[in-house]
Formats: sequence, structure tokens, C-alpha cells
Amino acid sequence: MTPLLSVRDLRVGFGRNPQTNEVVRGISFDLADGETLAIVGESGSGKSVTALSINRLIDFGGGRITGGAMKLKRADGSLFDLMTATEPQLTGIRGAEIGMIFQEPMTSLNPVLSIGTQIEESFRLHRGLTGRQATAAAKDALDRVRIPDAARRLKYTPNQLSGGMLQRVMIAIALACNPRLLIADEPTTALDVTVQAQIMALLAELKRETGMSMIFITHDIGLVAGIADKVMVMQNGQAVEQGELNQILDNAQHPYTQHLLQDVPHFTKGSTTRSDGRRDGGAGTEPALKVDGLVVRFPLKSSFFSRATGAVHAVDGVDFDLMPGETLAIVGESGSGKSTTARAVLGLVRSTRGSFSVGARKASAEQSALPVQMVFQNPYASLNPRLSIESILAEPVIATGGRVDAGTRARMASLLERVGLPKNSLERYPHEFSGGQRQRLCIARALMLNPSVVVLDEAVSALDVSVQAKVLELLVDLQREFGLAYLFISHDMAVVERIAHRIAVIYAGQIVEIGDATSVLSKPKHSYTKKLIAAVPTIDRRHEHFELDTRQVPSLVRPQGYEPAPARWERFGGDHMARAEG
Amino acid sequence: MRILRAIFGHGSGRIGGVIVGVYLLVAILGMLGLTPHNPITQFRVDRLHAPNSAYWMGTDLFGRDVASRLMAGIGQSFTVAFFSVAFATLAGTVLGLAAAWLGSRWDGIVMRIMDVLLAFPAILLALLIVTVAGPGTWTSIVAIGIVYTPIFTRVVRGPALSLKAREFVDAARTFGSSSSYIVTRHLLLNLVAPLTVQVTLALAWSLLTEAGLSFLGLGTQPPAASLGLMLSDSRNLMETAPWLMIFPGLAIMISILGFNLLGDALRDILDPRMRRAPA
Repeated sequence: MTPLLSVRDLRVGFGRNPQTNEVVRGISFDLADGETLAIVGESGSGKSVTALSINRLIDFGGGRITGGAMKLKRADGSLFDLMTATEPQLTGIRGAEIGMIFQEPMTSLNPVLSIGTQIEESFRLHRGLTGRQATAAAKDALDRVRIPDAARRLKYTPNQLSGGMLQRVMIAIALACNPRLLIADEPTTALDVTVQAQIMALLAELKRETGMSMIFITHDIGLVAGIADKVMVMQNGQAVEQGELNQILDNAQHPYTQHLLQDVPHFTKGSTTRSDGRRDGGAGTEPALKVDGLVVRFPLKSSFFSRATGAVHAVDGVDFDLMPGETLAIVGESGSGKSTTARAVLGLVRSTRGSFSVGARKASAEQSALPVQMVFQNPYASLNPRLSIESILAEPVIATGGRVDAGTRARMASLLERVGLPKNSLERYPHEFSGGQRQRLCIARALMLNPSVVVLDEAVSALDVSVQAKVLELLVDLQREFGLAYLFISHDMAVVERIAHRIAVIYAGQIVEIGDATSVLSKPKHSYTKKLIAAVPTIDRRHEHFELDTRQVPSLVRPQGYEPAPARWERFGGDHMARAEG
Repeated sequence: MRILRAIFGHGSGRIGGVIVGVYLLVAILGMLGLTPHNPITQFRVDRLHAPNSAYWMGTDLFGRDVASRLMAGIGQSFTVAFFSVAFATLAGTVLGLAAAWLGSRWDGIVMRIMDVLLAFPAILLALLIVTVAGPGTWTSIVAIGIVYTPIFTRVVRGPALSLKAREFVDAARTFGSSSSYIVTRHLLLNLVAPLTVQVTLALAWSLLTEAGLSFLGLGTQPPAASLGLMLSDSRNLMETAPWLMIFPGLAIMISILGFNLLGDALRDILDPRMRRAPA
């Protein structure tokens, strides 16, 4: 039987001489009807370029297909040559036979048109539907992707919907014409883990209903297990390994696949947490950082002159303490208040109430205390591109009134060496470094002032998985060497499991569960923690069905003067406790 | 040095750079009085001569040498353009940074004033200021400077606002860096590239505005030479002595072309993503 899609020795190049600047170098695969192929690789491996070449969108992205063959079996059984097709022919194929969804649902939709109009467009173009028929079809399409209250939502513009909802709208548009092939390019990377689980569940269900084939592109090999039939691992534009799902996951042959499976953080429900530096009752030692009753509210005003009518309760009564040499991970989804907590500790956000004490020093809520330093999420945005590394590292010293002398230079050199950067880095500029190296620079800069506490706000989230693992190792080493206390903010449970001693789960501005990492991850008590842990993809879950949960996060906007009820805590041995529910 | 080499390695930069360089040379010669003839001496016997070997660009109604007047005029126009752009750059950068950094109320006040200034067409606003203050070189400089200040304020404020929200500014705050340090090192330093481009383009506009003011009799006063004044004088003699109009007109056009080409080249070159790592 002929496969739905057959790709042979595909080569794609960029720039003036595409032949000499190839990004995809000889990819071959077959995709049968109803089959799912997962393409796994890190950024720059050529996985997205491969996907964009299949529907020839690469022509618009500056790329040129330099060689190979691609054939698509059409609905009537005839073979369609994707390589030689003209642009008008391809327009008929895209959307109708090959649907596509992208990584960023926020930017894939036109912000000024209602989602209804955007879904109808697909029906208009490919099925010739107009007016009421198109609207009815659009409503059906939204129903199909399980968006509640579809008829009303058609009139919404994209800014009125959450990221997960928008990705469902994108799926509705991609599936409008019942394509027989769906290309999903990192469809869940920009989404929270529980939303990711919903989207994965939806894709699996839709695939069962329609019998379509799918090409699923991801950097996360853990996500592959739940959905793929076949896996292709890409590195540097080549497929280093491809085969059946079980064969790749259980019996990987290529060292790179083995590296992805073993060295990269995978979630194991608390069985690989750190065993060093447990708390020993805490008697006698002073905490490095103690946060008491932290509240951050942003007043809401309807206009410039009117009084505040309510407030966004971003952080609503958070307490924790952090011992020297310990990592406390704060986990939660976007909008839960975890970053706001971190920024309040550093004084970047003005806290409404609450107190901090850093070491022996008491710091008021307003002023930043210098023994706390921070490493930011985006290594590309947190270094001034116009300053040399020397100036960047000197800044904390200058800011605290110090002089840049031989001693400072010696410290810069030793820190750079300690974080694993070349000696000649000082005269260079940030753009000469890779993302992982930049993050190392940020770590070195944070350590310039000898802090006792380092706040790591999603510090490894923007990095490729294998770089992530190395930076985490570095962080653990530095912690042991300097006795640093880490406040580690993350949404990624697999990463948290590697580095945390204790975990605080934060939901809607409040800590719902806190305790020893192993205990929280293996025996979660609060329903939200359970849901969060259940949503994490792992390589052990083969074709497991995620539950489709369409509950929305509660609104954090409260009327003026609202105070949350005091928390009741239930204790579960050691220091593991969870907020009582109901 | 590196930037000069980059300009000459850039297609349109090379052309723009040569044009601007030649103009600068001519302007300096013109200002130093190193012209073929004295630009204000009237050779009464040689009135309205077409270009010839003695008078390369001919003579005007009063028998003055057009080439010499052109050189002096370029010197005069460039002086006005440079000082007025310097004024606008300084004022605009300070106002723009203040608006972006102080935010809220100050931002509103500064930017609304700039909006009002921008609401007037450039030449009209310049005319207004010159009419009130009286014509002359220095009033032209101040008037043109004020006219272009709002553009610099906007060019600075927008990127400064976005830079202010960048993580490296947050990072600087966590070290406790002072506001002046953050504004100069993190904001201003990142604004050098857009400002350089804007300065080059503003030089072209202010040349044109100066020419316009002089054309209307409100800029440089006769008998001193300026490009706009020369054009104005040539108006009635367009048919009998077309060289009176053609040479100053061409001089204005080519100078603006040169500055625009240079500005485009600088925009490409100063983008830090285009900068290569030193070998």
C-alpha cells in the first residue's frame, strides 16, 4: 500500500547559496494513513524546517528545497508531487489536505478579527461556504475542539481567550477541512503543563475520530510517548535515528538518542530527587531567607481619575523560609504568582504587605536586600548587548560603591572559569555567546557580590534540554561550594525534581502545598498538586490517555478590601503540609 | 575607524560617504574663504555670464561668481544644519530619556508638548519662530533645532521605554545600580545606533528647512550666500540664466541624497546583530 506521505532524501538550504548552507540534509520517511510520526530534536536541528518543507511554506521563509522527493497520496489515490507543484496547486493542498498548527497560538491568530471570522475563512476558501452556513460550520468546528459555549465564543477576539483556548481555535482552523495530514509544530511548548495535557488529549481524541495522520514536532522526548507511533530523532539536519516508538524509547541505538533519554531531566514522580543537604530539624541554624505573609496586589482603576475598584491579588499571603545551602522550588502555572513572589523578594515589585528577613538582617518589604541576587529567565534579554562582559560583571561592584581593581578582575576571572566559560570572555560581547553560555554569565554576575540567596526565575526554561541538564549540574555544584540558598521558580516539574530539596506549590497566589521534594512529588496531597503531577508527560506513559479537563483558573481580581480566609493546614509528617480544601 | 571601514564596505554607504565627505570639504573651504573668487565681490562687467573657464558656474545678476557663492553657501547651510541638529539631538535625548524614565505624569507632560510642536508643519513652525525672533543665522539654528526636537524625543522615548522593561535593567536594579548609571549605560548606550541614524537623516531635513527659510528671506541675509537665497535670487532669471538655479538646486538635492544614503547604511551597520565577532 502506498503511504500517505513519502519523503525521500529531503534537503533544504538557506541564504544565497542554499546548496552550501543546508539546514536539512537528507531526511527520508514514510507516513501511513492514520499514523503519527514524532520528530524530536533541539533548536537548530532542522525539525521545523522539515515540517515547513512538507507544505512548502518554507518558500516564504527564505529557504529553498535543494533536493529530494516528496509525494502526497491524495484522497482519490493519485500521487501529488509536492516538489514540482506550483503555488496555486499548493494553495489547494494547504488547509484542505495538510493542516498545520504552530507553537505560539497568541501570534498565529489575527488580533483584530473575531475567532469566528478566522475559522469561517477556512470554510470559505476550501468549501465555498458563505454567510450563515460558514458560521454554522465554524460553531461545529469549535464544538469539535471542546470549547464550551461555542456560539458565543465565535464573536470573541483572540485577546479574550487564554493560550490553551487559542491553541484549540488553531486546531479547529487546521481541521476545518478534514485534512488527512496534520502537522503540529511544538503545539504545546508555549502552554502550561496542565493545558498541555488537555491539548495532547484533544489531539489524540481528534485523531481517533477522524483517522488522520499527524506529524508531531517537539523538543521534549517525554511528550512523544503519549502520542506517537513512530519517532524520528534529528540532530544537525539529519535523522540520527528513526523507528517504532517502543524500539526508540526502550532500545535506543544512537548515542544522541540515549543522551536525550538519559541525561536530560525526566519526571519520575519523586524518585530522583536530591539526597544531599536534607533539613535536620532546623534547630540552631538561622534561615537564609524568611518570608512572612507576603501580599502583592495591583490596584485596578477603570480610568485615570477614578478610585481603585478592586485589585489583582497576585500574591496573597505567602510564607516560607529557606535555609543556607537549600533549594526551595516554587512551582505553579503562569499567572499563579510565582514570579511575582520572586520579584517582590528582590524589591522589583512593591509588596503590599509582608516582611522578609535575609540572614540576620531584617529588610523591610520595600527595599531590596543585597545578599539576594537573581538570575532571569531569558538569557538574551538579561544582558545589555552593548556592554562587554567585563563591564557587565563589574556593574554589581560599581553599583555597591566598589572600585574595579585587580582584586575585582581576579574575581571575575575565577568566576568565569568556575562557571565554565573561556578565559578570553571578558573583552567579548553577549551576542558572541550561546544561550547556555549567557545563562552561565548571568550566574557569574549574580555571584559577583557573594550573595547568600540566589533567586532563579525560570533560569533554565529558555534553554535546550541538554544544555538545561548541564546548567542544573553547575547550579548544584555552586550551591555546594558556596553554601548558596536557591529560590528556584519553575513550571517544569522534571527540572524541579533534579534540583529541589523542598517544593512549594503555588496556585492563584497562595501556597497550596509545601514540603520535602520527595514527599510532595511522590505523595501529593492537595488536589491541584495531584492534577499538576498527573499532567507531566513522561517517557513511561505509552499512549496513556490524559483527562480532558476544561476547568479555568479562578480570576485573581477581587473587590476592594477583600481579604482571603486564613489558611488551615493539614500536616503529613515531616514538614510536608497542604492547605485544607473544601 | 572601524565604522568608516564599515561604511565604505557598504554599497550605498560608499556613495553616501563620498558625497557627504566632498560636501564637508567644500563647506570648510567655503567657510575659510578659499573660493575661486570672493563670493560677494561684484564683477560688474561680467554680469550673467554662462559657465566658462573663468567662472565655472557662471555669474549672477550682480556679476558675482556662482561657484564661489555656492561654496560659501554650502558652508553656511552646513553650519546651520550641524548646530541645529546638535541642538535637537541634545534636547530630544534629554527630554525623551526623562519622559521614559520618570514615566507617568512627566511622560504625559513632555510628550503632549512634543505632540503640539509636531502638529505644525516643520517649515511653518520654523517660520513662526524666526518671525518672532527676527531673521539671522543663530535664530535659524534655534528655530530648526526646536522644530526637530520632538522627532528626537520620540525616537529616544519609544526604545527607552522598551529598554526600561528589559531584564537587564531589572538585573541592574537587583544590584542596586543608581538611576543615572542605568539611564546612561543601559538606556543611552543602546540608543546610540538609532540616534546616529536619526542624526544623519535630520541633517538632510534641516538642510532643506534652512534652504526654505533662506528662500523666503528669513534665514541667511544678503549679501552673504546660502543655497536657499541663491535659489530665491534665480527665480526671475530662470529662462535667461538657468545656471543660477540649476547649480544650487543640484547642490541641495545631492547633499540630501548623500545624507539619506549614509543614514541607510548606518542603520544597517550599527545593528549589533550585524556586528561580527573579532577574529
